[in-house]
Amino acid sequence: MTGRLDLDPALVRRARQLARTAAEPVVKMARTHTTVSVERAVLRLGGLDGADEGGMPWVNHLVDGVRSGVGLEHGVALPAWDAMIAGGYRDLRTLAMDAAAKRVQFRIPAGHEAITARSAAARAAGKGIQAIDAQRAERDRMLASIGDPPRPWIYLIVATGDIHEDIPQAQAAAREGADVIAVIRSTGQSLLDYVPEGATREGFAGTYATRENFRLMRAALDDVSKELGRYVRLTNYASGLCMPEIATLAGLERLDMMLNDCMYGIIFRDINPVRTFIDQRFSRQVHARAGIIINTGEDNYLTTADAVDAAHTVVVSQLLNEYFAHEAGLPDELLGLGHAFEINPAVPDSFLLELSHALLIRELFPDAPLKYMPPTKHMTGNVFAGYLLDAFFNLCGMMTGQAIILVGMMTEGIHTPFLSDRDLALENVRYVRSAAGRLGESFVPAHDGFVARRARQVLGESIGLLDRICSRGLLNAIADGTFGVTRRPPSGGRGLDGVAERADGYFNPVSEILEGGSGE
Amino acid sequence: MSVIRPYGDTTGDGRVQVSFTLPVPFGTETERAVAEGAALQLAGKMGLDPAMVVHAKGMGPSFTFFIVYGRIGHIVDLSAVRVTEREFPELAAAEVNMRIRSALGRELVVVGATIGTDAHTVGIDAILNVKGHAGEKGLEHYREIRVVNMGSQVGVPELVARAAAEHADAVLVSQVVTQRDAHITNTREMAAGFTAAFGPSRPLLIVGGPRFDPGMAADLGVDRIFGRGTTPREVASYLAHALAPATDLEES
Repeated sequence: MTGRLDLDPALVRRARQLARTAAEPVVKMARTHTTVSVERAVLRLGGLDGADEGGMPWVNHLVDGVRSGVGLEHGVALPAWDAMIAGGYRDLRTLAMDAAAKRVQFRIPAGHEAITARSAAARAAGKGIQAIDAQRAERDRMLASIGDPPRPWIYLIVATGDIHEDIPQAQAAAREGADVIAVIRSTGQSLLDYVPEGATREGFAGTYATRENFRLMRAALDDVSKELGRYVRLTNYASGLCMPEIATLAGLERLDMMLNDCMYGIIFRDINPVRTFIDQRFSRQVHARAGIIINTGEDNYLTTADAVDAAHTVVVSQLLNEYFAHEAGLPDELLGLGHAFEINPAVPDSFLLELSHALLIRELFPDAPLKYMPPTKHMTGNVFAGYLLDAFFNLCGMMTGQAIILVGMMTEGIHTPFLSDRDLALENVRYVRSAAGRLGESFVPAHDGFVARRARQVLGESIGLLDRICSRGLLNAIADGTFGVTRRPPSGGRGLDGVAERADGYFNPVSEILEGGSGE
Repeated sequence: MSVIRPYGDTTGDGRVQVSFTLPVPFGTETERAVAEGAALQLAGKMGLDPAMVVHAKGMGPSFTFFIVYGRIGHIVDLSAVRVTEREFPELAAAEVNMRIRSALGRELVVVGATIGTDAHTVGIDAILNVKGHAGEKGLEHYREIRVVNMGSQVGVPELVARAAAEHADAVLVSQVVTQRDAHITNTREMAAGFTAAFGPSRPLLIVGGPRFDPGMAADLGVDRIFGRGTTPREVASYLAHALAPATDLEES
């Protein structure tokens, strides 16, 4: 596309090859294992919805029932649909109710009964995938008829905890110029091993991701999209213990973007690495089918590690995220790789360093809709200085062609943004966009200048780190604290007990469609 | 001179700037006049006289943002200001290590975590990780301090059990999320958990977070509260002060 940094194409190829070498063993593991959440996603696509009176979803009851009866090694589909047919249940929900009461004897069917169960499960899963396909077609139709906003898209966050408060705030943000609305999840949802149900009005520093909340918010944004004449995208968070299920619900309810990082849950939420890699692969296959842009979480590394010293860990993680995403069937245009403007402003040449890093990433991933995150770590409470820093962030984003710009708040770290904070932040973005939006086309760093040299240095350090990861193995590198300065051994963290190795004859009707469909 | 006023550009001019939003429209000429009048009324009640609306901007159909400058009538009596003085001197890392070595004769054990639903490890990591904060290395860097960082969203029973297993001298808990006073509730629950399990010989309990009132330690049942901007060295110095007191000779 461009070539403003004169990167050596051979080095870039080598970096990608190393990322592949590091990631392949992990993909192999993901292909040979399953998790409780993958299996619950299969049931959700097979039509099972709802929860018991205590709020525990029926998919959890049914997967737990199958697991305690015959294990998950063969997948949930064969024993579940077999029990439904053999027991004369009219649907999965009545079966799940009986399973919750421990009144179902599950088995792994053989012969004719296996064929019957298999084809019933395949039909049901096929209907679920069709529903996702229909939502994707609806998005395409709306983009064509209503209009797709030009890039960079302005990304704004709402997070009241109450979906009925979020909706007017999101609509107001869209009217003020937001192209993407992200509903922050309640703190801690990523560690729940089930997806809450229904419309929710209470959360901690965010709103629970539920299917009903997704539906309500998407409908509200459809209304405001028509009013404004541009399609307003909706984002939520897949990362966590329920990645596969949340990805599925997002596809069914036409979310447009999802936070989905291959390592975020491991590093920042202490979720077991094995569980995470299996879950992320399935969830990304679903995103690929649904046409959902993923947002990766490299910005987070820079909030724990130093943004200059750790710049290359961002690139390494992006290359890994890219490989995992491609392998799961996501094309470049759905690859919202993340990074952030987090260098200490007291560091000399800090803006040049930011420009260099942002341009490097732009050139390494020319077709990906990069997501650029504003400063958070060095927002000191001096809101006036913070406003200036946000303007420099906006300028860097415009100059380097970032596709999705998260709007920085001058009151970052003080409180959830006031209405006026958001208004001022958007004024900042609008000013920089109208004043300097086309600066990028005229900006070519001198070949031996600071910006280009720094970019080459970071690329070189990235290759060095990838080399070391390849020789030790990715899981060991994560265990040693390579990313985000946090050590995460493969046997530690939450959710490992929800992992099962696939047996011969493992059957997953959703994976068969998704992997067949992606031409593998 | 113990009585002062805010300083704009002249001693005693009392000039200040405030900004706020009122839920009033800013569309028609009449609406604008009403909005500015409302802002001036509020400024007056805040003690600004005279006040001047220097900026007003409608935000959507029903809100207006104002920036107001004015002369504030209130005076500040410095002699009536009360501050909590830090009860311990700030020590260099080497001094902290030496105090621990001579007073305890072993490593000082610190167990850290965020508790409840709080997943924000920024604060605890800034104090504990070698990486540290504000140019200072974290507690992991102190040779005589052994750090067990349990990470985020740790349950109180889990924290109590780990503190017992590690023979913790001190427990460090960070709380960032304050929605519906979660930080207060969680801290009380944590203090109660430790008192129930250990009685009076419980480890030193320290909480930190941007929204705590440092004066509330006793009320919350903990030994010390650290607020925004705390550095690892302050915490290390406090640990030395509370757990490894200097001999009389050293203190003089």
